[in-house]
Amino acid sequence: MSHSLMTPSAVSDTDTPALEIRGLGKTFPIGGLFSRDSVRALHGIDLTIGKGEIVALVGESGSGKSTLARCVARLEKPSSGEILIDGVDVLKRDRFQASRAFRAQLQMVFQDPFGSLNPAHRMDHFLRRSLAIHGRSGGTEQETQKRLEELMTTLGLQADMLNSYPHELSGGQRQRVAIARALAVEPQVILADEPTSMLDVSVRIGVLNLMRKLRDEQGISMLYITHDLASARYLADRTAVMFAGELVEEGESLDLLANPAHPYTQLLVSAVPDPSRAGSYDPVRRAELRQAVMASTHCAFQSDPNQACSSEEPVRHQVGIPESRHWVRCHLYRPWAAAGSHALASEPIQSGHPASNAQEEASA
Amino acid sequence: MTISQVSFGSHEAVLDVKDLTVKYIGDTRSTTAVDRVSFSIGTGEVFGLAGESGCGKSTIANSIMRLLKDPAKIAGGSISFGGKDVLAMSPEELRRFRWQDVAMVFQSAMNSLNPVLTIGEQIVDIFTTRAGYSRKESMRRAGELLELVRIDPARLKSYPHQLSGGMRQRAVIAMAVALKPSLLILDEPTTALDVVVQQEIMAQIKELQRELGFSVLFITHDMSLMVELSHRMAVMYGGRIVETAKAQDVYATPRHPYTQALMGAFPPLTGPRVPLTGLPDGVKFRNIPDLAEVAPGHFVAPFGADASVTDAANLEGAAR
Repeated sequence: MSHSLMTPSAVSDTDTPALEIRGLGKTFPIGGLFSRDSVRALHGIDLTIGKGEIVALVGESGSGKSTLARCVARLEKPSSGEILIDGVDVLKRDRFQASRAFRAQLQMVFQDPFGSLNPAHRMDHFLRRSLAIHGRSGGTEQETQKRLEELMTTLGLQADMLNSYPHELSGGQRQRVAIARALAVEPQVILADEPTSMLDVSVRIGVLNLMRKLRDEQGISMLYITHDLASARYLADRTAVMFAGELVEEGESLDLLANPAHPYTQLLVSAVPDPSRAGSYDPVRRAELRQAVMASTHCAFQSDPNQACSSEEPVRHQVGIPESRHWVRCHLYRPWAAAGSHALASEPIQSGHPASNAQEEASA
Repeated sequence: MTISQVSFGSHEAVLDVKDLTVKYIGDTRSTTAVDRVSFSIGTGEVFGLAGESGCGKSTIANSIMRLLKDPAKIAGGSISFGGKDVLAMSPEELRRFRWQDVAMVFQSAMNSLNPVLTIGEQIVDIFTTRAGYSRKESMRRAGELLELVRIDPARLKSYPHQLSGGMRQRAVIAMAVALKPSLLILDEPTTALDVVVQQEIMAQIKELQRELGFSVLFITHDMSLMVELSHRMAVMYGGRIVETAKAQDVYATPRHPYTQALMGAFPPLTGPRVPLTGLPDGVKFRNIPDLAEVAPGHFVAPFGADASVTDAANLEGAAR
């Protein structure tokens, strides 16, 4: 078990961040071939992940979390914005598609470890491919073998498991192999898209602990995408909340979940089942929160003279002490609230607004 | 086993399961999915059944509804519902028993709605075939049902795809309580839903339960959710119950190491960040003995050095 677990890890912000996302946007065309309609899945995402930092991205289905991950991994082409790895804009460097060098810097771990591992191959194959493609297998067979065994040890797996097929392993072990495959490349950043949601509950913590261990020992930065706020709080140094394709709040995980400022974050936090506050569900309060999220017609900080507000630029307001790096977006500047509403709506929006449907397509 | 004799309050048992054993019989080998499981559910009680995938909790639910298909076989034990032996029911009795006495909401039940019929047609169907009401009367009652789960009765004319996931799940729950069953089985009713919707649906089920007074068998792997909703709960592992007690007692003092592991698998939302371990790789429990009472109403399967096997080399069983 890592020691850093106990301390709110103060990650150095000195060097260039491992991953920096600037003003990332993504629109998907909707309608027929000649239709010019489009839906905005992501808008103006700014997110920075320092070296050796774990940042969680939380939000409900349809909020654009996975679209963001796919854009950053360059499985989708972002419509606008910059993605900087180590200070280099990879969208400019590799204009048309992700280069191998990019893939060696950034790897993904997917949600379903059974779907992401070809059932016809042994574990050995997956790891060897990763090593070979990225030229990390060393010169000789012995070196490769040694590297494979090191990987398996790091991941807490038996070396003889290299000869197993995916179906012979448990879900937790499969996910570990998927992480090992990402790790074999020695990336700087790992994007983990709901890596534990398909796993049995008792092994989830094991995978989270493993991710933390990798960060502590190898300094790998991670973007942990999840809908589970409790696990985000457990694993991540910082948490960013996504709603309707925009980041609405971000801050140090413990601080953010203890003092959520945006009504959407409050809504999410209040919905997490927690026996220690059983019976806290209050339909009246819920209706108010829902109302606040959907309408967002006023800014909570509007009358605060210390906060800068302009109608041109969406403004981030500082919450609490500056050290916690906790900010929230002004409610006023979120014009497309309807896009996220289907995830929240108790009544579906039948207004003919394209957003709710297309948003689903976007995240599918 | 003495579990079923213990009454919680003065409630009369609605459902009494005794030494239920279910086997999946294959050509070369059979698996015991449920092994001598006993529990009872009182009137108006919410009983939770927790455990991971493959521990046999859904098999129990299907046994109670007599929905098991080959190769599953009920190899022993008894299930009695309000004094009637469920395992001895004739097909005609079963037809009445299902839905009228016991209704079930399946995992991702919202996808079990017929996409080519409106919600109204599907609810009316229940009333006309089961209760023999006229179409008009059925339609009126269907509207009431939807109101019960806070859906606008105008939605009767909607097709399932026009409703959100949460609304579909609500509609399915409304259909389940249409004939006022005395037991409602909820098999992971909210796993496919977002947390916010999940909480609202759980609150709704609680409210319905208070209003209509039915008993609930609630199956999930989410311990936090279970403790919030259930009065009493049991934790299953490998087809056996390893611990059963009042939900609050299990939450406050989980005694079996497996229960502790399950509890430890959910990081808390408040307090300091503490390292959690979950269930370590390779830790398995075998030959789980019968439950013994360790505190009033708190039953735990005895465990010791011999009951828990820490065997790192033996990993093939961990695939469960």
